[in-house]
Amino acid sequence: MGSNMAEAHPVGFQWVMEAKARGAKVFHIDPRFTRTSAHADQHVTIRAGTDIAFLGGVINHILTHDLDFREYVTAYTNAPYLLSERYQDTEDLDGLFSGYDPYTAAYDASSWSYASVPMEEQPGRLLKEVSAPYQHGAGGPFIEGAAGGIESDPTLEHPRCVFQVLKRHFSRYTPEMVERICGVPQELFQEVCRAWTENSGRERTTALVYSVGWTQHSVGAQFIRAGSIVQLLLGNIGRPGGGIFALRGHASIQGSTDVPTLFNLLPGYLPMPDVTHEDLTTYLDGVRGRGQKGFWGAADAYMVSLLKEYWGDAATAENDYCFDYLPRINGDHGTYRTVMDMVDGGKVFGYFLLGQNPAVGSAHGRLQRLGMANLDWLVVRDLAMIESATFWKDAPEIETGEIVTERCRTEVFFFPAASHVEKAGTFTQTQRMLQWRDKAVEPSGDQRSELWFFHQLGVRLKERLAGSADERDRPLLDLAWDYETEGDEPSPSDVLRHINGIDLRTGRTVDGYLDLKADGSTVCGCWIYSGVYANETNQSRRRTSRFETGPYDAEWGWTWPLNRRVLYNRASADPQGRPWSERKKLVWWDAEAGEWTGRDTPDFEKHKPPDYKAPAGASGIEALDGDDAFIMMRDGKGWLFAPAGLADGPLPTHYEPHESPMRNLLYGQQGNPVRKVYGRPDNPSNPAPPEAHSEVFPYVFTAARLTEHHTAGAMSRQLPYLAELQPELFVEVSPELAAERGLRHLDWAHVVTSRTAVDARVVVTDRMAPLRVDGRVVHQVWMPYHWGPTGLTKGDVVNDLIGVVADPNVFIQESKVLTCDVRPGRRPRGPALLEYVADYRRRAGITTETGTRIATAGGHIERAHIEPDRPEEPS
Amino acid sequence: MTQDNSFYGPLSDPAGNAGHTDHPPRVGFFTDTSVCIGCKACEVACKEWNAIPEDGIDLLGMSFDNTGMLGASSWRHVAFVEQQRPLGRQDAGLADLPVGPSSTQETAEVVADALEVAKRGGGDLGTAPVDLGFPSFDLPGAGTGAEARTEFRWLMSSDVCKHCTHAGCLDVCPTGALFRTEFGTVVVQPDICNGCGYCVSGCPYGVIDRRPDDGRAWKCTMCYDRLRDGMEPACAKACPTDSIQYGPLDELRERADRRLAQLHEAGVTEAQLYGRDPDDGVGGDGAFFLLLDDPEVYGFPPDPVVPTRDLMSMWKHAGVAASALLAASAAVFLGGARR
Amino acid sequence: MGVKRWLDAWPVFRQLTGTDPLGRGKAAQSARSAGLGSRTESADRVAGSVCPYCAVGCAQRVFVKDEKVVQIEGDPASPISRGRLCPKGSASKQLVTGPQREQRVLYRPPYGTAWQELDLDTAMDMVADRVLDARRKGWQDTDEDGKVLRRTMGLASLGGATLDNEENYLIKKLFTALGALQIENQARI
Repeated sequence: MGSNMAEAHPVGFQWVMEAKARGAKVFHIDPRFTRTSAHADQHVTIRAGTDIAFLGGVINHILTHDLDFREYVTAYTNAPYLLSERYQDTEDLDGLFSGYDPYTAAYDASSWSYASVPMEEQPGRLLKEVSAPYQHGAGGPFIEGAAGGIESDPTLEHPRCVFQVLKRHFSRYTPEMVERICGVPQELFQEVCRAWTENSGRERTTALVYSVGWTQHSVGAQFIRAGSIVQLLLGNIGRPGGGIFALRGHASIQGSTDVPTLFNLLPGYLPMPDVTHEDLTTYLDGVRGRGQKGFWGAADAYMVSLLKEYWGDAATAENDYCFDYLPRINGDHGTYRTVMDMVDGGKVFGYFLLGQNPAVGSAHGRLQRLGMANLDWLVVRDLAMIESATFWKDAPEIETGEIVTERCRTEVFFFPAASHVEKAGTFTQTQRMLQWRDKAVEPSGDQRSELWFFHQLGVRLKERLAGSADERDRPLLDLAWDYETEGDEPSPSDVLRHINGIDLRTGRTVDGYLDLKADGSTVCGCWIYSGVYANETNQSRRRTSRFETGPYDAEWGWTWPLNRRVLYNRASADPQGRPWSERKKLVWWDAEAGEWTGRDTPDFEKHKPPDYKAPAGASGIEALDGDDAFIMMRDGKGWLFAPAGLADGPLPTHYEPHESPMRNLLYGQQGNPVRKVYGRPDNPSNPAPPEAHSEVFPYVFTAARLTEHHTAGAMSRQLPYLAELQPELFVEVSPELAAERGLRHLDWAHVVTSRTAVDARVVVTDRMAPLRVDGRVVHQVWMPYHWGPTGLTKGDVVNDLIGVVADPNVFIQESKVLTCDVRPGRRPRGPALLEYVADYRRRAGITTETGTRIATAGGHIERAHIEPDRPEEPS
Repeated sequence: MTQDNSFYGPLSDPAGNAGHTDHPPRVGFFTDTSVCIGCKACEVACKEWNAIPEDGIDLLGMSFDNTGMLGASSWRHVAFVEQQRPLGRQDAGLADLPVGPSSTQETAEVVADALEVAKRGGGDLGTAPVDLGFPSFDLPGAGTGAEARTEFRWLMSSDVCKHCTHAGCLDVCPTGALFRTEFGTVVVQPDICNGCGYCVSGCPYGVIDRRPDDGRAWKCTMCYDRLRDGMEPACAKACPTDSIQYGPLDELRERADRRLAQLHEAGVTEAQLYGRDPDDGVGGDGAFFLLLDDPEVYGFPPDPVVPTRDLMSMWKHAGVAASALLAASAAVFLGGARR
Repeated sequence: MGVKRWLDAWPVFRQLTGTDPLGRGKAAQSARSAGLGSRTESADRVAGSVCPYCAVGCAQRVFVKDEKVVQIEGDPASPISRGRLCPKGSASKQLVTGPQREQRVLYRPPYGTAWQELDLDTAMDMVADRVLDARRKGWQDTDEDGKVLRRTMGLASLGGATLDNEENYLIKKLFTALGALQIENQARI
């Protein structure tokens, strides 16, 4: 679901074909019939953005028919735990959970906690602004006292236990409702339920694959939660052949999250400190918590080792290891927020683009380009010339008159980058495997690696600030910036060594994060990568052939953490440590040897027996019982219900997309009540019920990749061999929509939203099919998004159609579903385009407030959330 | 046992027949289209290895096929066929959806019109093959257009030179530019070819073609240079799902027979082999296919025949003409050497 | 060229005297064809690499001859990709050797209408100056409640999903030391 694996990950898809050849059944649930569907046993056409309704239906099917893997669920999930009496469900509140503040459009999550471990009430506004999930990195939020025993009902019958709450929450997600919301015929839906449940349990497992078809939604994090709940109920997590596979789209996008270039994270999912963290201790209390179970308990060792790596000798116990040197976050500093600040002027002056082309590849391309046109300076580093470097002369806004070259003040530097064969280093692929690349040749001309560029920049900045007495310059002056060099750039091996971690007493690399210390005697740049340079050997460079190793291929590259392939693989054994079945054995307890063993590196303390009970008062790793398989979670359990940590509710709930042609059939609450809206004149929304005039944009729009191109096109539109395979932007429509709108195959058409209109050639195809949704026919339209105004093949920028509205947990934009109109013929050119789109906005009655009255439960439409978003406190 | 014939019918050892002694076993491609995901890696890997020029950045609208056909600068071509029929027991999930008639027929007509004016490299120089229908035109199984569509499947198939046992291109080549290699494959030698174009009309599949810029004929060499170093061809190497399999032809034929049986057992009764049969009009193909429909659906001629089938009888009746052919080839060789 | 060698080179001669009387095989093979071999075999060296496109992580072998990349193809030993590549991975050589690759630093001054060339060293100095300027202009010591921010909102960065871990590490480290927060990449897009 939410993945077109055959097209976006063709070489990975060989394993699906392999599984199919061995008898696996493949289901593809997607808005359109793709090259993945062509090889699926069953294709299911779904209305874009309704995946939670579908998955909720699956959950309801499982619970109604007692099809869950009960022993697994009871032992390894939080199903038995009792919830607070203050908790109210969406069933009680017309689509809202308890704690909602319509004024701030945020939740106080305190009522979602377990009964025995009440949480402090927190004003919603802070949660909204600070994005609570981000405050906790990947560790999740606290469950106060989680290590001390949580009130539970192992029979799963108590009305307030998670299992029963879950059952009630999804009780109206019936096959009839799935059909009405998703457009999936009941019989087809039940076929999916049958196959999924029949292929799960002791002897069998089912894998679930998703990609950005799930993340790019205003409820994206909850899509994934819904999939996780199904997989937990069926016992498909931590077991071979099971799991949830997030297929990521860039060579090291996993790595750039682990070793983050993200505002809210430090390496290894340690959170970036915020304004409430006055010193290292308060910060660490916020990460590991008191009385929490699990491996975040050692966060002090991870963090101190990171600070030691950053600031070397300057970081001492006395000065809190330079914790004060870290800048503090206090809100949404995500890329879209930043771009709006650029447009507004006076806030952001300089911008680096490193192998990224937001003029084409980010949502709302026009906003991106207008932002870039309002900077002091812009640095673009890329292999080839890209639209984000040339916006001042060829942006679509030149044609409309919104950008005038001679009046555009932005100073632009273009630096040619070294390619992947011209530098050595690691990429982390989608299954967390680091693979080293050797340098094949030297780059030519001015081409340089990022390593060279940023090292040089740091050296020059340090030179300029040398001797500065300004306290704010200390972090830079004290920065450890003395890596070994190879030629004129830092040695990537040495950087990787420091990422791995070094024991300062011996000068040798540590073997893993278990060796890290909180006393300043170790340095480590990213604790989860610790072990990649164990034994002073670059483990990521290992290339022992698959012909010489077993099925877990443990000597090819290196997978974090600790070269482990399946996370939470303790769950592949039963609570007593025996494999659930011979067929599905992975790791198990060897009583004689007194250790966990198996085919994979056990994801558990090696010598902790299955029947181990943590002593009272223990916390962290020590507090994990022998059957707490989910070792990173605060309570050691897989979360069916998330008692804290999510901004938009403890359970996934079907909300209509921000732009939708229809009303939410399950609740009065139409869309995600906590989604981030940016009500600004330059970011209009198409109306969605209960707002009027949604019929002006009657069709559902979704966009995705083609096999033959790559993202914003810089690595494909410029290459003749790829450009000729998909030579032009097109829009796919069904024969039925073609008839309705008078569209003819290969003729021109244009797609219109309240942001703009884009041209494309029409492709009429049976691969697109209309759906019957609550008695009416809904058409979906699809476009690939790789084109821009330059390259061997040029086209309009599809992302210009998309506005910015974001998931409240992760601030990812909803670009996988919006509404649109489609008309035959080309769009107007130049200033006439602006007038044409303005006319659409007039007809749809669109104002800055459209789409921003996000609380609609109980028939009340609350205040609009428009910028500047400084709500006065209600009197 | 059938008498091996140099021009028609089964021929057990084409390389030996072409004067290669102690040669390696005959190799070939088995393209199992039932696992093709239409990624076109084969097209790109082929072009990268063989340094073939780009030949047309224009939208053809033939489903996801923008290559159109094999040609002088497209030695692999992935066809995409959208059809109103199920694939084995696969279910496209159309039942109960509010769908109307299929658009396949209509889009095929639009594409056919557009193709007439499309500029394709080499296409102008080549001779359009007689039986080469484009995919999805007048196909068996295409909807009649009146009723609501209920079934759908999307077929993909990577086409390539067939490296025929009796290769029409080779047999009519007057210059010796085309030759049979020690691997039993058929290769055109750019250092010999003078661009006369006889081979273009000699190919029953419409594979070989001339390049507009240099006029010489080009086609798949099965990566002759790689084969000589014991490597597999670039397309087979890249293919993510092993749809393109390379190896000794005998092994491939056995593998194909097993795969066919497996698919039939799995309910894909429409699966059939194409070009595997040594008794066909070209003596069997060195590159053969497992198809999920009749050959013409994919743009293959249903009954290809090497144009030299009747050459032996012609020789008997026209020795004079044969001598003239020899003289002509000598003249061409000398002429080529002077260039 | 002696007469015998000239005659040997003549296919018709070989055809009439050799094992290939019809002149369709051995006799027709040209000297070029007879000498053919793969450029991977004749490469000077091969580097182990990884495809730079999607996140599957297909292993590549990069063949180098005379300090130029002459071929990139899959590494059959990889347990992930088994030597296979998709069309993008198969186009990697074009990606790294094609004419679209820029070679020189280019500079567009404010209000400029065309690119200018700029010396790399000069450009680096200019960027360093501008970073300090933007940092200063966007500096925030505390928020409205007096809580420590110690940061600059004056500069931002986007990118990293196609960069190496080591590079991202230095990027985050340097920007963090500068007090810059708005360091983002494709993972949020």
